[in-house]
Amino acid sequence: MKFDTIAAVATPMGEGGIAVIRVSGPEAIEVVDNIYKGKRKLSTVDTHTIHYGHLVDPQTGDLVEEVLVSVMKAPRTFTREDVVEVNCHGGIVSVERVLELILEHGARLAEPGEFTKRAFLNGRVDLSQAEAVIDLIRAKTDRAMKVALHQVEGKLSRLIRNLRQNLIEAMAHIEVTLDYPEHDVEEFTQNFLREKCLEVREEVGRLLQTAKQGKILREGLSTAIIGRPNVGKSSLLNSLVQEEKAIVTDVAGTTRDVIEEYVNVRGVPLRLIDTAGIRETEDVVEKIGVEKSRQLLQKADLVLLVVNYNEPLSPDDYAIFETAKGFSVIVIVNKFDLPQKIDLEEVKRHFPDQPLIMTSAKMEQGIELLEKAIADIFFAGRVQQDDLTYVSNARHIHLLRQAERAIDDALAGIDQLMPVDMIQIDIKKAWELLGEVIGESVGEDLIDQIFSQFCLGK
Amino acid sequence: MSDAPTYEAGSYDVIVIGAGHAGCEAALASARMGCNTLLLTINLDAVAFMPCNPSVGGPAKGHVVREVDALGGEMARNTDKTHIQMRMLNTGKGPAVHALRAQADKIAYQHEMKKTIENTPNLLLRQAMVEELVVNDGVCEGVLTQTGAIYRAKAVVLTTGTYLRGKIILGDLQYESGPNNMRPSIRLAYHLKELGFELKRFKTGTPPRVHKHSVDFSKMEIQPGDDVPRAFSYETTEFITDQLPCWLTYTNEETHGLINSNLHRAPMYSGTIEGAGARYCPSIEDKVVRFNDKPRHQIFLEPEGRNTEEMYVQGLSTSMPEEVQLSMLRSLAGMEQVKMMRPGYAIEYDAVDPTQLWPSLETKKLPGLFTAGQINGTSGYEEAAAQGLMAGINAARKVQDKPPVILGREQAYIGVLIDDLVTKGTYEPYRLLTSRAEYRLLLRHDNADLRLTDIGYEIGLISEERYQRFLKKRELIEQEKERVLNTRVRPDLPHVQEVLREAGSPELTEVIELAQLLRRPELNYHHIIKMAPPPIELPEEVMEQVEIQIKYDGYIRKSLQQVERMKKMEERRIPEDIDYHKITGMAKESRDNMSRIRPLNIGQAARISGVNPADISVLMIYLEQYNRVGAAD
Repeated sequence: MKFDTIAAVATPMGEGGIAVIRVSGPEAIEVVDNIYKGKRKLSTVDTHTIHYGHLVDPQTGDLVEEVLVSVMKAPRTFTREDVVEVNCHGGIVSVERVLELILEHGARLAEPGEFTKRAFLNGRVDLSQAEAVIDLIRAKTDRAMKVALHQVEGKLSRLIRNLRQNLIEAMAHIEVTLDYPEHDVEEFTQNFLREKCLEVREEVGRLLQTAKQGKILREGLSTAIIGRPNVGKSSLLNSLVQEEKAIVTDVAGTTRDVIEEYVNVRGVPLRLIDTAGIRETEDVVEKIGVEKSRQLLQKADLVLLVVNYNEPLSPDDYAIFETAKGFSVIVIVNKFDLPQKIDLEEVKRHFPDQPLIMTSAKMEQGIELLEKAIADIFFAGRVQQDDLTYVSNARHIHLLRQAERAIDDALAGIDQLMPVDMIQIDIKKAWELLGEVIGESVGEDLIDQIFSQFCLGK
Repeated sequence: MSDAPTYEAGSYDVIVIGAGHAGCEAALASARMGCNTLLLTINLDAVAFMPCNPSVGGPAKGHVVREVDALGGEMARNTDKTHIQMRMLNTGKGPAVHALRAQADKIAYQHEMKKTIENTPNLLLRQAMVEELVVNDGVCEGVLTQTGAIYRAKAVVLTTGTYLRGKIILGDLQYESGPNNMRPSIRLAYHLKELGFELKRFKTGTPPRVHKHSVDFSKMEIQPGDDVPRAFSYETTEFITDQLPCWLTYTNEETHGLINSNLHRAPMYSGTIEGAGARYCPSIEDKVVRFNDKPRHQIFLEPEGRNTEEMYVQGLSTSMPEEVQLSMLRSLAGMEQVKMMRPGYAIEYDAVDPTQLWPSLETKKLPGLFTAGQINGTSGYEEAAAQGLMAGINAARKVQDKPPVILGREQAYIGVLIDDLVTKGTYEPYRLLTSRAEYRLLLRHDNADLRLTDIGYEIGLISEERYQRFLKKRELIEQEKERVLNTRVRPDLPHVQEVLREAGSPELTEVIELAQLLRRPELNYHHIIKMAPPPIELPEEVMEQVEIQIKYDGYIRKSLQQVERMKKMEERRIPEDIDYHKITGMAKESRDNMSRIRPLNIGQAARISGVNPADISVLMIYLEQYNRVGAAD
């Protein structure tokens, strides 16, 4: 039997170690090949071999992850289909990023127990195990449902239900004008429909935002400290990581061998990227610079850009300014205790809307202000922490993202003056996807809504 | 069987009981497919009778009429020959919901259909009341009439409409009756129950009729037909141009007051009516009660035909007492002096639960017996005709030892209709809506021939001549599409820029495909051919297809992808003899539902109410196990 291509995380979700994302189906190799960059195309490699490379987002060209990829061609695989297993860093962020990328390039998220099911249907599992397979799928489905239910209980499910109700009322209105053209219901104008779609899009966008925020609370706000050498990055770092203060000596980069450090700043968990790198290279002038900054930025939710009060802006500073544009940046003018040689107006001209903090890391000045700025950025315009509804399940995020895309398609249709019944195709799709998030079936809902909302008859 | 004397009245391949819209199509299809066919009806003067609204078509229903035509049915042709007005609805919307609707001349419609039936070889039309089915060894082998005649057949199609244990309710009055005081079919209903069929009780209704001369049309809005000649059938070449208008007026506070103050006399509210009515077809009293914030409701006055002054009052379906009906009518603007010719009434009738049918419309309980039309829980002439056609085709194919024709949800509204009925059942009279079709964009009225003519030809209901004409059309469409997709226009062609300017479309700055231009919202096919004309002049319907298929290509492709996914599920067939109760790990409710419906494939199983994805997984595992054991034996 021909199946489509599915993917899921095969290892338990959690911090640390290596995670495996399994892709199975006729297009498994093609799907991963689309986003894989290594010595050879995966389509050309031998079966049952492992390859080192990177996953790249083909749209942006961004490197997403460093990976090991196992290619196993049918039939000698678990599912008897082509299987590709992507091994990546075990952190939730990287795993979700990899899975998302795979799902965006042609695979579907596997149902609970679906790999086992395929293994069985393709004759891999012995007949005597059929009962066990059924039990397993049943159990996995029930558990997944329980987990999903638990996650969508309360605020989130109410939010989505409201959103769907909103959508279905609009849909019923549209359907009535289609199925009862002579009925005296006013037709939606393009503008009204656009408004409706924008409302929904905003709501879905907000939900996805909470997904990000939930992740941040769990994972820490990924923060990069950048700036050319000698601006005082490491002393700033140490001011933030207070217990490590003792490490700051005249010879930096000698003590630590970690990539990330966690620090809690006024309730905001920061994950500082490449702190070792900062320490290692602070003295070695030629090694640091623009290239390093650019790499760090790719991973950052927040950028702390450091310049030196005591020196005029150099071409390196300008280059770093350019790379930091478009990110969430706090500009730190360090060594404020020394005489001014920097053109402050020039710095402000480059970052007119970003906070600018004057600090003296050595003298502990301005650190409070910096902490406040970080907290402001995180909480700015957002509800209080305990009021947040989080979307954290990978499947939900995936569905919401698809719903968002469907609404975008509807909006594009509206702008291209497409007929309303075409636009309805995308609106309905969004409504169905949202229903999947909270486990509501499609069924007769729309027809019911039409007849309860409108008075129709002969 | 009763003890009254009987006699052998002859043998046929197929017998059709009932000559309404389902029965006529069933009998014609069967006879045209070469089966010796007998069509029995209680009253020969009620062939193709329209007991309610005098119209055919509209959204989804009009699509079905086109589909019936593409498969070689009669409704489209018969309407084209007899209508008094035609309109294309929804022209301001997308092509998928454009819909043709005709105002019918009821009497002419009947006469024309009767004539067609009488002149069809292999087909005999007879007046008879069928009381029982002849059942032998659990197989339906014929019918027994009230006069004791036994007709034998290899297949029987039952289309009882609202005659089956029909009961008319009008105010305090109620009596056993078929539609419009026809004789009801009582005995057969009990017989079906004895055979073990589960019956449902449904209700429908019709508004009063009034005399045209007593209406003041100056107080109403006129609703004329289209100026462009229209037709349902792909065969029609002669068009009726002399059209009659309809008229629009509204209910008002006085009407609503009359209804509210007489609610205690309305059978709907006094508990007299037990049958389930349809939400989309409420009586006026129902509308006023349920939507009491609505200040007025539309009322259309529609002629019942050319040779009568009777008019149908659309929107005023009611079972109120006669004198209340008259007061209600006279409260309407333009109807102050109106003369009522017949009162409206509600009618209750028996229907079979359609989940007792295979998708071929053959009953699961009694092989050889097919049911079609209102007996299957639907409402509407078009829904009836569609089922009648399919039941007739499949009865004939059964006789000829051929597999049934089952249309998919992606192929036709007829497929949607039948799949909904046999997979989900219905708790109210079922009406087709375009909203019920998940692939609405693919099921357009304009492409019904492209979707179904091959099948119509294959089963022998489309003539060779018509098929050749169809193939030519399809070829022209493909050629022209190819041309539009591959022709490029250059910006230095002055006439191109001029066409664009006139259409208010941005002028070209670089070479571009014609197709790209056609996708611009402000441009249509006629603009395109002004820039680059086709080598030969093309018929309008070819140009229409090219435009729709290219302009909405993105959306069409999206729908096709969805169809692909569904088809993967439908390709996996379920053996008929599977015992669902042996499947452990499936919810009991799902097991019960599946063993009742007995879905033909995984796709259908997934559409059964209450069945969830886990049940489907378990079913697939079980099937695999089942197949392997079967293979090992």
